[in-house]
Amino acid sequence: MTEQQAILQMQGIHKRFPGVVALKNVGLRLFPGEVHALMGQNGAGKSTLIKVLTGVESIDSGDIILSGKPIRPHSVFEVQELGISTVYQEVNLCPNLSVAENIFIGRFPFRFGRIDWKTMQSKARTGLAALNIDIDVSLPLSSYPVAIQQMVAIARALSTEAQVLILDEPTSSLDEDEVERLFDVLRRLKAKGIAILFVTHFLDQTYAISDRITVLRNGEFEGEYLAKDLSRMQLINKMVGREVDESSFARQAGDHADKAQTGEPFLAANHLGRAGMLRPIDLSVYSGQVLGLGGLLGSGRTETAHLLFGIDHPDSGSTKINGIPVKLNSPRKAVRLGLAFCPEDRKTEGIIAELSIRENIILALQARRGIFHFIPVSKQRQIAEEYIRQLGIKTSDAEKPIGQLSGGNQQKVLLARWLATEPKMLILDEPTRGIDVAAKLEIMELVKTQCCKGLAIVFISSEMSEVLRVSDRIAVLRDREKIGELDGASSDEQSVFCMIAGSEA
Amino acid sequence: MRLKNCFHHHLFWPCITLVLLCLTNFFFNHGFFDIEVRNGALYGSVIDVLNRAAPLMLVSLGMTLVIATRGIDVSVGATVAIAGAVVAVMIGGTLVIKDGVQSYVANFPMPLAIIAALGVALLCGLWNGALVAGAGMQPIIATLILMVAGRGVAQLITEGQIVTIYYEPFFFIGNGFLFGLPFALYIVLAVLLILLYLTQRTSLGLFIQAVGLNPTAARFSGISARALVLWVYGFCGVTAGVAGLVITSNVKSADGNNAGLAMELDAILAVALGGTSLDGGRFSLIGSLIGALIIQTLTYAIYSLGVPPEINLVVKALVVFTVCLIQSERLRSMLFTPAIHLEEKS
Repeated sequence: MTEQQAILQMQGIHKRFPGVVALKNVGLRLFPGEVHALMGQNGAGKSTLIKVLTGVESIDSGDIILSGKPIRPHSVFEVQELGISTVYQEVNLCPNLSVAENIFIGRFPFRFGRIDWKTMQSKARTGLAALNIDIDVSLPLSSYPVAIQQMVAIARALSTEAQVLILDEPTSSLDEDEVERLFDVLRRLKAKGIAILFVTHFLDQTYAISDRITVLRNGEFEGEYLAKDLSRMQLINKMVGREVDESSFARQAGDHADKAQTGEPFLAANHLGRAGMLRPIDLSVYSGQVLGLGGLLGSGRTETAHLLFGIDHPDSGSTKINGIPVKLNSPRKAVRLGLAFCPEDRKTEGIIAELSIRENIILALQARRGIFHFIPVSKQRQIAEEYIRQLGIKTSDAEKPIGQLSGGNQQKVLLARWLATEPKMLILDEPTRGIDVAAKLEIMELVKTQCCKGLAIVFISSEMSEVLRVSDRIAVLRDREKIGELDGASSDEQSVFCMIAGSEA
Repeated sequence: MRLKNCFHHHLFWPCITLVLLCLTNFFFNHGFFDIEVRNGALYGSVIDVLNRAAPLMLVSLGMTLVIATRGIDVSVGATVAIAGAVVAVMIGGTLVIKDGVQSYVANFPMPLAIIAALGVALLCGLWNGALVAGAGMQPIIATLILMVAGRGVAQLITEGQIVTIYYEPFFFIGNGFLFGLPFALYIVLAVLLILLYLTQRTSLGLFIQAVGLNPTAARFSGISARALVLWVYGFCGVTAGVAGLVITSNVKSADGNNAGLAMELDAILAVALGGTSLDGGRFSLIGSLIGALIIQTLTYAIYSLGVPPEINLVVKALVVFTVCLIQSERLRSMLFTPAIHLEEKS
């Protein structure tokens, strides 16, 4: 394979953003008919590399060579014309247009000077059929789940006869079956000789599909390896740049040892539910404990969080905080009662991208204090800087818009936003989604530290290993219903999945 | 330094535009900057422009906040008419000659009439706010209702007539002078100071931006976005009401049909000229004031240049078009330096 001609070669790529060097002498080779994984921590430069390759950003210096010819992409359109298609991390389509329109947007087939809807729809259907998907392409995209939208995005990328397909974290919102389906598609494309660049944080997926791995660290090229020659541990060490003890991934026994459930729970939900959303459940959350919500995608984890935080109103059951009945009918009320909530979708529900890191950090605290108990800007800056230091948020300036930070750092800012309110209970919905291994570890460390300080924590994650690692107790959900509770210390993935699978019978 | 940069960013081009327009006026009419003192009051073209811009400045201030929440209020012109109608009908006024001494008598005490007019304006604003925040209607549709219906309401109040006011003390609001300057300017200043205080010394400014940029995230952070939006529209109604008082006082009558006609468009334009994005979020109150002054100076220039009345709207449109082009960051960076964005930040 090494003798083969690379279809895409990037050499000595430099890219500076104001205040930071995002890429320093980075190289990348893509061969036809291979899946190439691009790995690295948050802020390692993966997204930037993708952006310069797809013409979203321009490079400061370096060469991009496509099929032997140097190119200097200036626009997304130009790059598409050259045969490089991209599916971005966040689905970047128009939710209110039909599936077919989304696939052909900007390249509508014309007939007699008018858009040929029939051809478009039948082509869209063929395109999706190649991905094993059979849906009504005339319905608006928003009527389908995120996983299908992702497939539509891929169908769109493929419809341009691409030679190179770039997938920027395509699996972060897919469940296991869907990932497998996607991989089937990738294997088929690979056989057709398409070069696939695959950016992900999931190690399992990297090894399941990739032939070759390029690792970036701090904006620099760390190395290019054949997947079969690189062990997981080696890969992690290369990404992190230091030796990670294997045991730090395993559950640490004794973590949960002497945390007896003493006394009253901080929050007790009794028969809490809402028709069509969540069947009534009982939950108790204790101070100084982590309650994990385990379950598959769509099992009602996020719905539970929304009901607890007052985003959606329960139509049955009651909630008590410290034994006193409360009515959680708005996030505002919940915040005043000492609750905090990091939402699942960081970009659309969490951060306010255009506001500065400082403003994002003090937002909830200020909301809790009300309009007239204004925190003076100097104090705001002090609070922001304290949390930037404490949580290790990587930024040169608290006044930068939060949108410029990497995903993991944005997540830390959101944590800071809530820790600043000194909450009694913190609900974390997928706090580790879309962030790299090291940042995941950091966030889980943070969860533990806060828990030791007496905070009650509800932890939601699609990755069962994470839930098991941090939780003292695990409430297992299936089909929008709580089906049982497990002790965190004495359970493993097997027992959780057995519980989920068992009650199916 | 940062603050200066910001200032540079937001207000530089609006200020340049205003200065250019003033210079144009001066070029064609050398007396433009002359100010003379008459009876202890200042008179001159500049004062005149400021005075006439007062109602628009008031409305623009309220509109700025609405736009910052990613909304829009096209009903402010109608609210101006309604407030004017209420105050005119309530004061009315008759000339009474008693023992050979003329005196004016109002139907209701003037303070009561003013409070009533502002109260009705507040209700108009809250109605808009309730439709937007409560019923979840799109702002332009929600406020379009009052824009159309409001004129009818104003005419109902005035019974379809132009109501003339015969009550001297009321004329002070729109025509009076205090310490040499038109009284209306003090009203604008007061509203501006209140708003600057609220948006910079309380967290209102942050909340409005947060709601305008990402309503879901704002709500999840514990901000009661709905209440905030409701009151922002309410406040916008009040500023329109105050503008209605100034206009009614100035012309000494209320015309339900024509008072504040098309004012909503000028106000939106003023906000846009002032550098506030119609997408919500970051806003500039001072910018909107400058925007309002740009519009009024332009109107003045068109009249003083003797542009034939039948084409003055075209001229106005051309100037506005040019101003908008100058303010477009993309065009500027195309014309001057492609790296303007980078240089500013590093």
